[in-house]
Amino acid sequence: MSIEFRKELFADERDDNLNEIGKPTQRQDMVGHVTGRSPFYDDHLFEGLLHMRCVRSPHHHARIRSIDVSAAASMPGVKRVVLGKDVPRNLNTLLSLLDFGLDDEPLISERKVSYKGEPVAVVIAESEHAARDAVAKVRVDWEVLPHVLDVEEAIVPNAPTVNETYPGNCFIYHGKYTHQKLRYGDVDAAFAQADHVIEGRYQMSPIEQAPTETCGAIAAPENNNRYVCYTSTQALFFSLGTAAKLLDVASNRLHFIGGTVGGGFGGKVDSLHEPMAILGSMLTGRPCKYMFDRAEEMQVGAPRGAERWYVTDGVMNDGRLVARKFVGYFDSGAYTRLSSYAIIKAVGHLPGPYTIPNVYADVYCVFTNRTPATAMRGFGITGVDFAIEAHMDKVAEQIGMDPIEFRILNSYRDGDMKAHRRLAKNTALIECCQVAAEKAKWSLSDQAKRQNSLTGGGGERAQLPNFTKTDENGRVEGFSTGSYAQKNKPGAPAQPPQPNYQPQPAPRPSAPPPAPPTAPPPQTPAAPPPIPRPTTQVQDPFSAPTPTPPNPPQPPAAPPGGAPRRTTRFSSISGLRRR
Amino acid sequence: MARHRGKGFACINYPIGMNLGGDPSQALVHSNPDGKFMVALSSIDLGQGMKSVTRQIAAETLGVPVEDVYVETADSDTGPHCMGSFASRGTHRVGNAVIQASLEARAVMLEAAAEELEVNAEDLVTDGKGNIHVRGAPSRSITTAEASGAAQFKQGKTVSGRGIFLIPLSEVDPDTGEMTPVSCFAHAALIAEVDVDDETGEVAIVEINSAYEVGRALNPKLIEQQLVGGAWMGTSHALWETTEPYYPSREHGPVDFNEYVMPGPGDIAPHNIAVLERPAPDGPYGGKGPGEMCANPVLPAIANAVYNAVGVRVDELPITPEKILRGILANGGAKPQARR
Repeated sequence: MSIEFRKELFADERDDNLNEIGKPTQRQDMVGHVTGRSPFYDDHLFEGLLHMRCVRSPHHHARIRSIDVSAAASMPGVKRVVLGKDVPRNLNTLLSLLDFGLDDEPLISERKVSYKGEPVAVVIAESEHAARDAVAKVRVDWEVLPHVLDVEEAIVPNAPTVNETYPGNCFIYHGKYTHQKLRYGDVDAAFAQADHVIEGRYQMSPIEQAPTETCGAIAAPENNNRYVCYTSTQALFFSLGTAAKLLDVASNRLHFIGGTVGGGFGGKVDSLHEPMAILGSMLTGRPCKYMFDRAEEMQVGAPRGAERWYVTDGVMNDGRLVARKFVGYFDSGAYTRLSSYAIIKAVGHLPGPYTIPNVYADVYCVFTNRTPATAMRGFGITGVDFAIEAHMDKVAEQIGMDPIEFRILNSYRDGDMKAHRRLAKNTALIECCQVAAEKAKWSLSDQAKRQNSLTGGGGERAQLPNFTKTDENGRVEGFSTGSYAQKNKPGAPAQPPQPNYQPQPAPRPSAPPPAPPTAPPPQTPAAPPPIPRPTTQVQDPFSAPTPTPPNPPQPPAAPPGGAPRRTTRFSSISGLRRR
Repeated sequence: MARHRGKGFACINYPIGMNLGGDPSQALVHSNPDGKFMVALSSIDLGQGMKSVTRQIAAETLGVPVEDVYVETADSDTGPHCMGSFASRGTHRVGNAVIQASLEARAVMLEAAAEELEVNAEDLVTDGKGNIHVRGAPSRSITTAEASGAAQFKQGKTVSGRGIFLIPLSEVDPDTGEMTPVSCFAHAALIAEVDVDDETGEVAIVEINSAYEVGRALNPKLIEQQLVGGAWMGTSHALWETTEPYYPSREHGPVDFNEYVMPGPGDIAPHNIAVLERPAPDGPYGGKGPGEMCANPVLPAIANAVYNAVGVRVDELPITPEKILRGILANGGAKPQARR
């Protein structure tokens, strides 16, 4: 292990003569942590603390015909069995606090379950042991429903509806589309002119955040009709706002205390332990603790969701990337949580740290009958970065170029236009490539070593494409933007807007189908085939860092449907509206 | 049967903060009568050092030694609103809020000092050691403790400040994806060197060399712990971890750390890191946020290294021995690629 600070790079952009910044100061809480004295939420074990355990679905998808709690309620030590009807406002989506998305998830499910492990009742008892014993005595009459676990199977017509708020099993973006679009230039035209078109399919599987301290909260009645809640949350006011909404209490009746947490990695952003523990305190008048055990943390606690990415690159013989297309599917599990937002982050990140004149993406937030997914370190980015960088390696190989030089050639630089239509600044990818190569004794050409992020960008590379091909694929009706994310507000209709659309099969890339676990993928792209062409003289690519986009075709004179087609900027219908 | 060595490369950039903005964080700063400061937040310290980095930022801005500042978080009755500790937003968003709050408190402290020294507050500077003096005249000075005491006991002023940092919400165009995603990016490039056993399919990391650009390294030790730990987490994600080993099937889901496969101490490999510091124009003292991005380049770099070693492209994570062996079988044997 070694670490060095390369102060000579970008030195003229920093004043290094500061008093405290840049010093390796010992953290103020270190001694408490290493001596085991720092208080975490689970250290607030009130006298008379009650324990809560959930009755969970054993099925991926099932209707609840009835729940019989009589045997459980009469068990020794049991104070109360809580059902969905006991939750004051039993439907929420975390990002409703940002006015993004529709309420779609109950705290305790009443009518049906959509994933194995979904809570349908909660036992509150004098001890955890008593609570576990009583959970085993709750009788649920299930009507098992067909389920769907694969993202691409979930969005074909007639797939089982996982999440009734979104009957097509896709989150609806901007009240308008089944996916988030990115359109920049014209990838199809560029693929037709590229020397090579290379496809790939990448799959990120679900991952557990695996904090040392499992998610949980301890709540207790406080004086003055308030409740205190000690919590492991990563987002104190997100959790406070969520609890206030689900429990229908003013936010200042809740007193949240946290701040010292035993690891989060994203899994404690949208925890529902706080409202559950406070609900227990409200119903019993006693302090209540609700905490995942390790099995729940791993199988019921929201993981990093799976992502599937199809990537298609168009590249010239000299290594210039001229087009990149993505079709992505985020497996959100049964409910939205945060995946819908991560997709917008992912789309804003595409096509990765490269300047490519034509970029296209369709990214879907898909509901399946599995544990809802949530944030994890690098949310929205890690999965697609794996896809991009594994793909870059294949493309470099196919054109016979050193993989690092291929990155440097295509790297974004200060002043370049990005696919989300803003200029790049403060870039440093090329320098990272050079320093990493130097450390690993990976030899680069002198030309590659001479490149830098500060020069060679801008100019022609700062221009927007003069034509961008757009479409209305995946258009849905019935999700009115006016009521979007507005339901359950006072005065708003209680019913969710009833969507009226047939789910369309998502445009499916022609990339190789899922191969058996790792057979090497076919190297031949399915479509469009590379156009054989005489190898033009390959000029020194670094001497002309401006990728010349293939000439885009002119916009069609009469677009389908005859309506005037705006080609650059559309009036914004925001997915994120302020109240 | 042999072990094959391979090297793989990957590089990434990473957007700092909730990408569309609209994610404010606040800070309150106040001083005791003896010039000792408290910073009140509601941000979460997950072990990453939130309290430590905001403490250094407050001390730097106030112009007092770091020992004169403590950070208290997160009590919703006293700590002002913060969106939370996620999306690599803590240092960037909260740090900026702390700067604003500290500047306001500092201004009151300097006004109080100016009144005591009978000079203009604009002519005063701090030395970072607990003294305020006239610029160019170190002998005309007063301690920060005396200035704070005078403010509160003689002049009736609160030495306190409020701060908030908000990047305004960006809209997203539904048809083109046009948006204003983030204000700054961190960067990384990484080379993984691996040994792949073509009989067992096991991968051993031999060495990692990397360069991470994180904006100004506000605390080099905190940066080091994030980069070393985060890259290690990336290694684990590349080769070991998943809650659903046969995704999309839910079978074989682990329920404890015996079944949830992770590397052990014996799997730790040397990691040689270079830190580059290109300050973010809108970051606190140029800081970005190294928290999340440090894991990202590791996954593809290892996948590419495995290919370089045995000629098997594993495009589905994690890269398990089973997948490697099936790939070797399908290829009719290990196919080592050009040595790098």
